[in-house]
Amino acid sequence: MKRETQPGQQNQHWNRRDFPEAARQALAAQPAADSPFEHSQTRRNVRHATDVIQAKRNAVTAELHEWQALRRAGAAIRAHTLEHLDHYLLEFEANYTRRGGRVHWASDAAEARRLVLEILAPHAPREVIKVKTMTSEEIGLNACLEDHGIRPIETDLAELIVQLGHDRPSHFVAPALHISRGQVRDLFARAMRQPNLTDSPDDLVAAARGYLRQKFLTTPVAISGANFLLADTGGVCIVESEGNGRMCLTLPDVLISIVGIEKVLPRFQDLEVFLQTLPRSATGERMNPYNSIWSGTPTGDGPREFHVILLDNGRSPILADEESRQTLRCIRCAACLNACPVYHQTGGHAYESVYAGPIGAILTPQLHSMHAAQSLPYASSLCGACYEVCPVEINIPEVLIHLRSQVVQQQQSTLTGSLGLWNLAMQSAAFLMRDSHRLPAAVHLAQRLQSALVSRNGFIEWLPGPLSGWTKTRDLPALPAESFRDWWQRTRSANSPSSPGAHPNPESSTEQRHD
Amino acid sequence: MRLSLFITCYNDALFPQTGKAVVRVLERLGHTVEFRPAQTCCGQMHWNTGYLRESLPILRHFVHVFADAETIVVPSSSCVAMMRDHYTKAAQMDNDPALAREVELLLPRVFEFSELLVRRLRVEDVGARFTHKVAYHPSCHSARSLHLDEIPLHLLRRVRGLDLVPLANSQECCGFGGTFAIKNADVSSAMLADKVRCVLNSGTEVLTAVDNSCLMHIHGSLHRQRTHVRAVHLAEILACSEDESALAADQHFTFASSELPR
Repeated sequence: MKRETQPGQQNQHWNRRDFPEAARQALAAQPAADSPFEHSQTRRNVRHATDVIQAKRNAVTAELHEWQALRRAGAAIRAHTLEHLDHYLLEFEANYTRRGGRVHWASDAAEARRLVLEILAPHAPREVIKVKTMTSEEIGLNACLEDHGIRPIETDLAELIVQLGHDRPSHFVAPALHISRGQVRDLFARAMRQPNLTDSPDDLVAAARGYLRQKFLTTPVAISGANFLLADTGGVCIVESEGNGRMCLTLPDVLISIVGIEKVLPRFQDLEVFLQTLPRSATGERMNPYNSIWSGTPTGDGPREFHVILLDNGRSPILADEESRQTLRCIRCAACLNACPVYHQTGGHAYESVYAGPIGAILTPQLHSMHAAQSLPYASSLCGACYEVCPVEINIPEVLIHLRSQVVQQQQSTLTGSLGLWNLAMQSAAFLMRDSHRLPAAVHLAQRLQSALVSRNGFIEWLPGPLSGWTKTRDLPALPAESFRDWWQRTRSANSPSSPGAHPNPESSTEQRHD
Repeated sequence: MRLSLFITCYNDALFPQTGKAVVRVLERLGHTVEFRPAQTCCGQMHWNTGYLRESLPILRHFVHVFADAETIVVPSSSCVAMMRDHYTKAAQMDNDPALAREVELLLPRVFEFSELLVRRLRVEDVGARFTHKVAYHPSCHSARSLHLDEIPLHLLRRVRGLDLVPLANSQECCGFGGTFAIKNADVSSAMLADKVRCVLNSGTEVLTAVDNSCLMHIHGSLHRQRTHVRAVHLAEILACSEDESALAADQHFTFASSELPR
């Protein structure tokens, strides 16, 4: 079956919903019962799950007195690596190859998919097992495999739930976080033909284990991502919680790992930092239950073929931009999703992107060279909760603003954009706000003109056009008859220590330069 | 001390009571307050919406107006955050070393109102009296950018008669976010609904903060739903004093009905 979109592919036709529209639909998905505060089932699931993970994360980071030092160290290591990425990638390739693995370079999603198919061809598998991998989502691998008659089987419990439900992941650490236990039961009962299944966690896990165990033992090829590549040892590192990863890394004959080029670390020793910060940030655990590092192909143990596909797919241009390069420090812990008040409301699907939440809002548009997902940099109130929890100190609000400025510049470069309502409004506001006479004059005018909008209770309850977004749920206070500056002028200016003429008027110098 | 008030553009037009309260508190503490009428705006709205180029003349204007001010007080944490987090970068962006130098000299003299009282003037008890239940909303910029931490709470705890009630999930954004409230009105409203539920559950009579922008947003919903919870800037609470049982006739509260101060 052909899919209409190939996620991650450059120059694709991007006909996805903008964030405000997707979010509106997510919020209205299951209309609230009778109270304006009542959440729908999906929103309740997302809120509950993120609250639980966030509380655990807060507890296990607070217990480390050196937590802030670990964040700084993590940021420094990742920043250093990105500065010298070419060096460390070549070092990784040399060491990984020396140990018997094979490294492939993929400049984009299409090349990565082609490489996977070429590696698979001699083995002609009917099925492949998969460890949860975001790069695979990014290149649309599952759809591609199905098109070629190969059935991908997700072995991460949450990914399995999403796959069986023909759903999309809503969170890149906990992909099924939007689905409740009862909904999982119904799904498993149908897909695994077990009508008497209960919704107890034990029963659900047992059902999944029974289904997956047979796949682990019979499927010859596994596809994974990786959390880290280690340049000095040529090692590949995956951390996970369920043991499905360990199965996939050891039982099949062939292992293909698709890894973003930014995932390399200079030294094995650097794991000292990240194996502390990643699990604490991602799942609120002190350590991941399974930490696997493999390198090469020792005889008689594990897969006979090891392939690493190094995926660029839009990363190089991000690396070239000094302002937003920090985006690539990300270690995919998803702490920013769990902390984000926007994500709490919408869940992940509204981002229409493999990477949801605050990191998705900066990563996705950049992976498409700012030619798609332009509403995502605005999908944030800039509250800063994401930056506060980020274990590699990515200043997400700063990058969001940087990307917003790129969106604005693109809009201003077209006639429709520069004549658009937003641009005209912002230009007018800037014209008023940079001048000490225009702004008070505009306030006086607004004080006179507002009367048509002000209700008898002294508030504005309806506004036209885009401003109606405010008054749909909120009243707005009317402008008082006298501004502060007028009050000061009326009551103080005569005997004030700083009357209007008491300091140099900077108008002339400012305006000369910018008008 | 001679203090120069930057009222901020939206406080000037929408919330003059807050400015009057700041003047009242500072003068009561024996300081001299000046107001430079040439002032306009800090440039935050344009900067945060991505109109960086457009914000440059605005922030340049601010820097020039206040270049020779001794100490600048701002009753809005998000405007101070705009200056501290972005002015240096803005000056670099504009390739203007002179502006960068002026910014560098100016920033250490800019204080958010509660920060000025506690960190600079070393005052916690400003002689205020306010006999109401009050909940404090730590706005995002005050908490995560300026790191005001307990500063506003220290001030509130020293207000006579004030009953400080805890607010659940207080650190969570109210959903305002400047133009976010318009561009993403549905998500913003959903975030606001969560915040308002916490405010109502707290049983408070008054919600306070150091940013009128957040208060305007939260009160917008409280008012729409015809609740009786008021939103009052911290300065207005601190301005209510022992000997002045009610504010002067022209100084009713920003969001409150006339019966509130007592």
